[in-house]
Amino acid sequence: MIIKIKDLYKNFGDLEVLKGINCSIKEKEVVVVIGPSGSGKSTFLRCINKLEEPTSGTIIIDGYDITDPRTDINYVRQEVGMVFQRFNLFPHKTVLENITLAPVKVRNVSQEEAEKTARELLQKVGLSDKAEAYPSQLSGGQQQRVAIARALAMRPKIMLFDEPTSALDPEMVGEVLAVMKQLAREGMTMVVVTHEMGFAREVGDRVIFMDEGRMVEEGTPEQIFNNAQNPRTQLFLSKIL
Amino acid sequence: MENILHALPLMLEGAGISLIITAVGIILGSIIGLAAGLARLSRNKLVRLGGTAYVDFFRGSPLFVQIMLIYFGIPGLLKSLHEYWVSTGGEPFMTNFSLNIWFAAILSISLNSGAYIAEIFRAGVQSIEKGQIEAARSLGMNHFQAMRYVILPQAFKRVIPPMGNEFIMLLKETSLLSVIGFEELARKTQLEVARTYATFELWLTAAFIYLIMTFTFSRLVDRLEERLKTD
Ligand SMILES: Nc1ncnc2c1ncn2[C@@H]1O[C@H](COP(=O)(O)OP(=O)(O)O)[C@@H](O)[C@H]1O
Ligand SMILES: [Mg+2]
Repeated sequence: MIIKIKDLYKNFGDLEVLKGINCSIKEKEVVVVIGPSGSGKSTFLRCINKLEEPTSGTIIIDGYDITDPRTDINYVRQEVGMVFQRFNLFPHKTVLENITLAPVKVRNVSQEEAEKTARELLQKVGLSDKAEAYPSQLSGGQQQRVAIARALAMRPKIMLFDEPTSALDPEMVGEVLAVMKQLAREGMTMVVVTHEMGFAREVGDRVIFMDEGRMVEEGTPEQIFNNAQNPRTQLFLSKIL
Repeated sequence: MENILHALPLMLEGAGISLIITAVGIILGSIIGLAAGLARLSRNKLVRLGGTAYVDFFRGSPLFVQIMLIYFGIPGLLKSLHEYWVSTGGEPFMTNFSLNIWFAAILSISLNSGAYIAEIFRAGVQSIEKGQIEAARSLGMNHFQAMRYVILPQAFKRVIPPMGNEFIMLLKETSLLSVIGFEELARKTQLEVARTYATFELWLTAAFIYLIMTFTFSRLVDRLEERLKTD
């Protein structure tokens, strides 16, 4: 198990957002998290790389207990890439610099090697010709593919995706999903929050339905989409499918 | 007219001194301001409190009072402390308590501008979207690296207009240094007025010299801003 989460609670002040999450994820597993807006999906994902500090519970990533304050979180984060809904590329840096910055400054990779890796990654996401462009010169779909390349440049073992296609125009969703599908086939461990049910069916090993801070139901895509047991899951799916 | 021509060389020299003290004040103030601004964003409560106390004190009291406090207050304090030391049987070791006037001028101007610049930097950093620091941290950068490579370079561009404004305000406020006899433009004008009695002409000339300096400077800032916008 590369991710082990036990009794995870997260409050924002008086608001209880995560109410006892237990969840383990195997290496190379692709887990798709679905659920209504405000159910705590983003918070759950952000706890996994400690962008949110859990209120209680334990989270063990690749053997490191990140809820232990002695754990070097900056080290563990190098193993966990994250892709955001709003891309969050660095606007003052070119595409190439966006991708090389962290490997050079954090992993101490040489500039030369980092650029070589960056160009390989750009080729992989289909943007070889955009290395010298600035993020503002790219479309949303292109920016998100750069953001994926930037995360991959750290050679993470796990990738987290928080609604990576929700901010995109419909015609750009496909190009981002294609990159994610390829990544899944190559054996990346992925936790993906998304409303793209086609993606979940095609590459998801497991689908988790979250509602009001709890994991209400989980199963294979087949089980969840065709044969959901919980009425809340059924209601949610009836609205979006 | 003759009076103006006679007084002009000295007044221009004073204007040069005003510019120098302003430039030094902005440079030292930027260093102080960066430290204080980051202190105010620190997660450590004590550090935050220190930054806030400094900024509030120097923004909340008049520069005039700060200049007096530094130039006359500090020597007064030193003298009292020294007297106390001697009264308890200590050997006297100081005779001259006064501060060098350039030192006092630079200190008061830098501390004052540092407080304003701290606020400019803080606002600049806070204007950067939260997603930027999250992206940087999610890549494994520590807080310092995220600031250094991601947040500050972006904040820098946004602080150029308010920094230009601060320079102009400060340039005008250096005229307050005339109260301690520091010979910048206003003090030089005062001295020339006392000598020639050409009160209106010389003060009007001083006003125009300040105006030319501030106007020129604000044009330079506009150009710089324009240049940085293109990339
Ligand atoms: N930083 C925060 N401060 C306060 N409340 C928050 C914060 N982040 C999220 N929340 C609240 O937590 C709940 C769950 O949010 P989120 O995890 O973003 O849900 P989802 O991603 O499923 O839409 C929402 O009610 C949201 O308003
Ligand atoms: Mg969300």
